[in-house]
Amino acid sequence: MTTMKKRSEMDRRTFLQVTTVAGGGLMIALYTPELLAQRGGGPGNAVLPLASNYITINPDNTFTIVAQNPETGQGIKTALPQLIADELDVDWKQVTIKQADYDATKYISQTEGGSRAIPTHYTRMRQAGAGGRALMIAAAAQQWNVPASELTTGSGMVKHASSNRSATYASLAARAATLTPPAPADLKLKDPKDFKIIGKGLSGVENMAITTGKPIFSIDVALPGMLSAVFEKCPVFNGTAVSANLDEIKKLPGIRHAFIVPAPAPSGRGGAPSGPASGVAIVADRWWQAQNARKSLKVVWDEGPVASQSSAGYAAQAQQLSAAKASQKPAGGPGQGADVGDVDAAFASAAKVVEASYTIPLLSHAPLEPQNSTAHFKDGKLEIWSPSQIPSPAQAGAAAGVQAGDVLMHLVRAGGGFGRRLNSDYDIEVAKIARMVSDERVAAGMPTVPVKLLWTREDDIHHDQYRPGGFHYFKAGIDGAGRMVAFRDYVASTASVIPANEFPRGFVPNFRVSSDAVTPFSVPTGAMRAPSTNGVSFVMQSFIDEVAVAAGKDPLQYRLDLLANPVAGGPAGGGGGFNASRAAGVLAAVREMSNWDKRASLPKGTAQGCAFQFAHSGYVAYVAEVSIGADKKLKINKAWAAVDVGRQIVNPSSATNLVQGGFIEAMSHLMAWEITIEKGRVMQNNFGQYQPARMMQAPPLIEVKFLQTDYEPTGLGEPALPPALPAITNAVYAATGVRIRNLPLAKEGYSWNT
Amino acid sequence: MPSYTLTVNGRRQTVDVPEDMPLLWVLRDVLDLKGTKFGCGASFCGACTVHVGNTATRSCITPISKVSQPVTTIEGLSADGNHPLQVAWRDIDVPQCGYCQAGQLMTAAALLKTTPKPTDAQIATAMTGNVCRCGTYTRIREAIHAAADGRKA
Repeated sequence: MTTMKKRSEMDRRTFLQVTTVAGGGLMIALYTPELLAQRGGGPGNAVLPLASNYITINPDNTFTIVAQNPETGQGIKTALPQLIADELDVDWKQVTIKQADYDATKYISQTEGGSRAIPTHYTRMRQAGAGGRALMIAAAAQQWNVPASELTTGSGMVKHASSNRSATYASLAARAATLTPPAPADLKLKDPKDFKIIGKGLSGVENMAITTGKPIFSIDVALPGMLSAVFEKCPVFNGTAVSANLDEIKKLPGIRHAFIVPAPAPSGRGGAPSGPASGVAIVADRWWQAQNARKSLKVVWDEGPVASQSSAGYAAQAQQLSAAKASQKPAGGPGQGADVGDVDAAFASAAKVVEASYTIPLLSHAPLEPQNSTAHFKDGKLEIWSPSQIPSPAQAGAAAGVQAGDVLMHLVRAGGGFGRRLNSDYDIEVAKIARMVSDERVAAGMPTVPVKLLWTREDDIHHDQYRPGGFHYFKAGIDGAGRMVAFRDYVASTASVIPANEFPRGFVPNFRVSSDAVTPFSVPTGAMRAPSTNGVSFVMQSFIDEVAVAAGKDPLQYRLDLLANPVAGGPAGGGGGFNASRAAGVLAAVREMSNWDKRASLPKGTAQGCAFQFAHSGYVAYVAEVSIGADKKLKINKAWAAVDVGRQIVNPSSATNLVQGGFIEAMSHLMAWEITIEKGRVMQNNFGQYQPARMMQAPPLIEVKFLQTDYEPTGLGEPALPPALPAITNAVYAATGVRIRNLPLAKEGYSWNT
Repeated sequence: MPSYTLTVNGRRQTVDVPEDMPLLWVLRDVLDLKGTKFGCGASFCGACTVHVGNTATRSCITPISKVSQPVTTIEGLSADGNHPLQVAWRDIDVPQCGYCQAGQLMTAAALLKTTPKPTDAQIATAMTGNVCRCGTYTRIREAIHAAADGRKA
C-alpha cells in the first residue's frame, strides 16, 4: 500500500484524509488534529474518544478498526474493537483490525495492567463507535434532506424506511467528513439488549495468523540489515561488568559489535536509572551466532554487596523477626498496617486461639516468549518495536539519549505478559545497545542498522522483577459460638504484600496487620498477574479455612457468615470498593455449581475445598475437587468458578479462557514454582527447575459461570487466579487433614498424580 | 562453512551454516520461517516443535547436521491454513497469547497421524511436553477431539 496523504481542508476542524490503496481504491478517515489538541488526554480524562482515530471506512464498505492497547494474550485486540464495531453498527465480518502505534496524542491508557482495559475503555470505545454511527446518520440526513430521527443503521448502512432508501457508510464518508463530530450529549449508546457483537464469543482476531505461523510476535520482527544481540548481565543483582575479552569475541563468526554497557548514572533524587543494567552486549548477523559467542565470553564482574544475600538468610531473619515482634502494633504509615479494636484483649478472652505461619516463595513470571525488543537509532531518533505492557517512549528514549518526542514506538504482540512486561527493561536495553551500535557504525563510516535484542530463557529467569515472597504469622481468636473475634497477621516483609485491607478486615471486630522489613533485601520485585492477591489469597483464605475448621463450621458457610456480619473498621479489599453481597454471591453460586453441600458423599481421599477473592474489582469463588493418597500424589478432578465482573462480558469465549487459564496458572504456582537466591543470584535456570503445569495435570473440566450482576463491567486478567490456590490446598486439607502452609508443594513431597 | 540441503515444507533448500546450528534457528533466521518459536532452548517447553519426517521434534536442540528427513513447520502444516486442527483451534478459540500454539499444533498433528481418534489419556501423554503458559489445555484437548471427530466445534 502506498500511503500518499492529501489533506484537503473541509472546514476548520475536520480534515478528510485520503490514502491511495494499491489497486486504485481510497481509504477515507476523518482526521481532526485541532480537536485532539484541545481535548488533552491522560487516564481518567472524561473527554470523548474521536471516532476518527479508531475507524477507517474503506471504499468497499469494509471497516478498519484500530485496537489501541497492547495485546499479550488477554484478548484485548479483539474485545476493544468489538465495542467499537457494535456501536458503529457494522457486521463483524466487515471489520479488519489494525494495531495502533503508541501515540499519547490520540489515545489514553495504552497499557495492559491491573485488569484496567475494560473498566477504562468499555464506555469510551462504545462512544467512538457511536460517534462514527452518528456521523453517518447525519450525513445521510443531509444527503436525503430527512430528519435524522427517521434513519436507522445496520451492517454498515444507513436506511430510510419510509422512502425505501439506503446508503452504505462508504458512500456517505466524504459527506460525513465535512460534518462536525457529534457533541457528547448527542451520543446515544445502544441498549445492551440490542448488542450484536458485544457479548459474543468471537474467535480471537489473530487466530488465523497464530494457527498458520505468521510472524506476528515481537520476536518475529525482521527488518532489512537488522543485527541481533544478546546481553549478558551480572548474575548477581546490581553487579557490574568491569572488563571482558571483547577482542576475542569480536573475532568469532558473524560478530559485528561487542561492548560493555556501563552502569547507568542515577537520574538524580532517587529516580529510576537512566539506562539499562550493566552488562556485555554481543551483536551479530544472526542471533544464534551472538548466543554461541557467549560460550567464549569471559567477564570480570564486580558483584557488589548483594552477593551476600540468600533465601535461607531471608527466612532466618523472618523467623527472628516474628519471634520478637509478631505481637506488636503496626508502626504506622498508610497501607503498612491496620489495628482495629483491641486485638490483644480479644485474644486473651477468646474461647479458642488458632496460630499458624505461612510462606510463599519468590516467583518468576516466565512468559513463554523470552524478553526481546527491536530498535533502530538513526539521525538522533529512535524507532522501536516494543512488546511492553506499559509502552514508554520516554524510558526507551532516555536510554538512547533522546527525548520521548524523538521516539517512534510500535506495539507488537507479546507471547504472554502476566506483569513481566510491565517493566520495559528489554526496551531500555535495546535502546541503549542500538544507540551504541549506531554510534560505532557512524564513527566507522557505516550506515546504521536496526538491532533486535533477544534474551534466553535463562536470562529471563535470572533477571526478572520477581513476585515477592512472604512470611506470614497468623493468629485468630474465636468465641464460644465459633465466631471470629480477633485476627492478626504479622508479615516479615521481603518487599512483601502487607494485607492491611484484605478480607476479613471489616468483618472481624479486632483486626491487626503489622510488619517489619527483612533487610537487606535486594531482589528486584514487581507486579505479577493479580499483584498482591496472587499470594495473599493463598495465605489469607487458607488461614480462614483453618479458623472455620477450628470453629467446627462448614468453611464455605463460615465465609458467608463473616460476610453477612460487617463490623466497623473496614474497608476490606484494598482501596475500598469491597462489596460483601457480591462476594457472597459468587460463594453461593459456586456452592450450587459444585454440589458443595453433598461433598460428604465423595469417596475417601477425594474432597472439595473452597476460597474466594476480591481482586482488581472482580469477585471470584472457586471450589476445587481433588483426590490424594498417602503417597501425596495429587489430582485435581474438577474445578468450578463463579465470577462477578459486572453486567457485561464483552467476549465470553476469551473470558472463559482467561478464567480457566488462571486456574491452570495457579497450579504452576502451587506445585513447582519457586525462585531461590544464593549468593545474590537466582538458582533456577530453565523450565526444568521451574516446571509449569502441563496438559497431563489439567483437570478434565473447569466450569465457569459469570454472574453478570448489575455493576459496571470490570477486567478479568487478574481476578481468576488468586483464589484457585487456596481452593485446591483447602481441598487437600479436607481430603487428608494435612494443612498446606508453605509453597510450593513439591518441596513438601507432593507431586501430580498423572 | 558446511552446506546442508534439506526439504522444508516440500521445498528443497540449501543452507550454509555451522553443523551445530539448531534447526530452530536455521528455520527462523536463515529460511525466514518465523512460525516456529523459541521458548526455552532446551526441549522443556515444545514451542519449537516441528515434524522431521512424521515425528514431532524439538527443533531447538536438533543440530542441522542431524536432520536427514523432510521438515514440516507450522507454515507447511496445510496449504491454506485449514488442517482440521487449525480449523478446530480457531473454532474453539484456543489461543490466549498464542506463542506456544504452533508447537501445540505440530505435536497434535503428529499424534493424529499415528492415532486418529485419541483418548484423553493419549492426548495428555502426547501433549504434556508442550507448555502453554496461559493454560489453554482444556481447549487444546477439546480441539484435538473436534479435529479427530471431523466435527465442527
